[in-house]
Amino acid sequence: MIYEGKQRIWSEYQKDIPDDNWYYVRSCIRQNFFPASERMFTEITRNVLGKDIYETPHHTTCGGIAYHCDTIPQETVMTIVARQFALMTEAGYENYCPSCITSFGNYAEILETWREFPELEARIREDLWKACRREFNKPKYLAHSSDLIYHWRNEIAARAKHKLVNAVTGEPLKIVEHIGCHYAKMFPSKGVGGAEYPYVLAGMVESWGGQVIDYPERRHCCGYGFRQYHVKANRGYSLSNTHKKFESMEPYHPDAIITNCPGCPYFLDRWQYVIAEQTGRTYGGNGFGIPVLTYEELAGLVLGYDPWDLGLQLHQVAVEPLLDKMGVEYDPAAKYLGLNREDIMRPELPTSIKCF
Amino acid sequence: MMDFGFSLSKSSTMDLGKVDDLRFEQLCRLEPGAGICIGCGSCSASCPAGRLSGMSVRKVLLALQRGRSAGEMLQCCMLCGKCTMVCPRGINTRNLILSICKIYD
Amino acid sequence: MNGNIVIIGGGIAGMEAAKALLALGHTPILVEASKELGGHVASWHKLFPDMSSAKDIIDRLRADVRGANAFLGTKVISFNRLADGYSLKLSNGIVVNASAVLVSTGFRLFDATRKEEYGYGVYDHVITNSDLEAWFSGKEDPRVPENVGTVGFVHCVGSRDLKACNGQCSKVCCATAIKQAIEIKERFPYAKVYCFYMDLRLFGKKYEDFYVNAQRDYGIQFIRGRVSEVGETIDGGLQVKAEDTLSGKPLKVRLDLLVLMSGIVRNDSIRELSEMAGLETDSDGFLRSVDNEYSVVESNRPGIFFAGSCTGPKTVPETIAEARSAALSIHTYLSGE
Repeated sequence: MIYEGKQRIWSEYQKDIPDDNWYYVRSCIRQNFFPASERMFTEITRNVLGKDIYETPHHTTCGGIAYHCDTIPQETVMTIVARQFALMTEAGYENYCPSCITSFGNYAEILETWREFPELEARIREDLWKACRREFNKPKYLAHSSDLIYHWRNEIAARAKHKLVNAVTGEPLKIVEHIGCHYAKMFPSKGVGGAEYPYVLAGMVESWGGQVIDYPERRHCCGYGFRQYHVKANRGYSLSNTHKKFESMEPYHPDAIITNCPGCPYFLDRWQYVIAEQTGRTYGGNGFGIPVLTYEELAGLVLGYDPWDLGLQLHQVAVEPLLDKMGVEYDPAAKYLGLNREDIMRPELPTSIKCF
Repeated sequence: MMDFGFSLSKSSTMDLGKVDDLRFEQLCRLEPGAGICIGCGSCSASCPAGRLSGMSVRKVLLALQRGRSAGEMLQCCMLCGKCTMVCPRGINTRNLILSICKIYD
Repeated sequence: MNGNIVIIGGGIAGMEAAKALLALGHTPILVEASKELGGHVASWHKLFPDMSSAKDIIDRLRADVRGANAFLGTKVISFNRLADGYSLKLSNGIVVNASAVLVSTGFRLFDATRKEEYGYGVYDHVITNSDLEAWFSGKEDPRVPENVGTVGFVHCVGSRDLKACNGQCSKVCCATAIKQAIEIKERFPYAKVYCFYMDLRLFGKKYEDFYVNAQRDYGIQFIRGRVSEVGETIDGGLQVKAEDTLSGKPLKVRLDLLVLMSGIVRNDSIRELSEMAGLETDSDGFLRSVDNEYSVVESNRPGIFFAGSCTGPKTVPETIAEARSAALSIHTYLSGE
């Protein structure tokens, strides 16, 4: 691998990311899958970095899931998105930051479509007015929330309590970065680093002391694929894609996987359990899986937040091997306690993949 | 093993690294024309057996080149020789078919 | 008018035209942007289909044009129309008044880094056709392993590719890939060689024989399918994916070396030159001939002629034939005055 070659490509795909005043919109599903991730984003950006991040409870789905499942037409999605832009405009913001990769791709696609077909934008404006008497300005800047964490990665590194370094040996941890398909595969120029060698997560890993793993199936989809998972008859394809990635990355012995999409960490995490139950195969060594984290969770660990406050106990694959390598202190007994250390019982543990 | 109601699908990807070259090389020694097919389909288009059975010399040869099984297709060949007459690359398809039967049982 | 002839571009087209004009009694002025005459062919090892030495041809041409005035490392920086010719200002400060001008500025090889999915400049063992020619000529290249077990050639890299803003066929790459694949097999007889193609366009004299040889005598495998992505394996090799469109199945293979057949794209200097000299460009971006059937060497401006790849991808024999044709057209044009 020629690192300078990647740097040359990265230098060609840089985007303008304003340093402050962002209108932040959450994902439909992330709070169920990884409940502390979005909470961590606002915590880090507002309280650690002192940025203005605005949210409104009136925000709804962007329609992306239905759009990619082929169940609603694009004009409907556009009108939903137009309403989101109206909310942003009413709040006085012009920098739009979605937390979901599919939303990000959806917004990028709609803005590009309107640029190519202004008459369509005019019609959507009319539809929005008829539907809810709202008007909107298009965002001046569109950035995914991982773009913002990338933008502030060095400020986070400067405040780091733990690095992505083996606390015992001092060796950098080997991290697989997995990018959601809708981040840059549709519009390479909209993503930091482009579509073939995205830098958005690799930049965080490097800044926080880790070593990025590049393996043959790096670009491959996590396996979610919307209809592949949602329709049970297709679910084997979803699993098979994930399986293909793990078989490809396993020889590199990664210490963790960092992701920036709502679906990817979920499937890379949960399918490790299903693969283990179906084939007996585990990928993390000693019967464990490879921990899969969102970039906010990883940033939280780097900044020294308690892993159980980050919701890492909700992962299927045990994160303790990673915590031990990073030298993160944690109370094993507190892993499954609820709020105020209330006993909310322990989950049933799987048999084929070790989870402590 | 736990039953989830779905399972890993078999990959349809052909891995060229896993192709059995030895047998194909043996075939090329018996019939050097095996390597020069351009997939034009003349053989299959003129094959009287093909219309009834799905037999196709082109498909058989491609499958063997890619290390896949040709199945039972050749058993339908009547050695009528039409394919030999039409092959633009002059492949001795009769010798090819007989050689395939010899090598791949 | 003085009868001066300026030839812009000292590749095989410019040199062959100069040679022919010298034989017809003229003393042409060769203006070449690089430090020596020869162009792309000078850096090539062998030529298809007879495997002749490119160096021999270039050496012969260089000797043949010794009688011409050659300005090396020199560019044309302005181009003015006179009553009966053109006044050209050169980057070395010299101004030449010419009765006739031959444009033989050639082509540029497609920049393979732009097809990011192939990993040229990123993966350790991905090279281009031109890198491989240099290696054949003896230049060391750490990207070519000592023992090559498996090699892939990707046809049409930046050719017939609207996504790369290059729609035309480069004409020479199919035959070049076969030539290079055979040369690889001669150096590494046990290597497995795969050519990934979209269409095979082996139109020239003896190219078809060349293709049959590659298949029958060298066992080179041709796979109809465009490579979709390349990744690096843990042992430093390459994983290449494509569809075998004849089988209708996805395919992957691990390779030790991948060679990208960078296509012929228009030379960047064409735009400047066409603006300065009032020349037209064709829909493919190359210079526009009066027509593409009968008058390929003639431009839309009186006294300006074309030879070689400035009007589109050409093989070596086509370029040589055009150069001779253009020389004769210039001679006729000047005699008519």
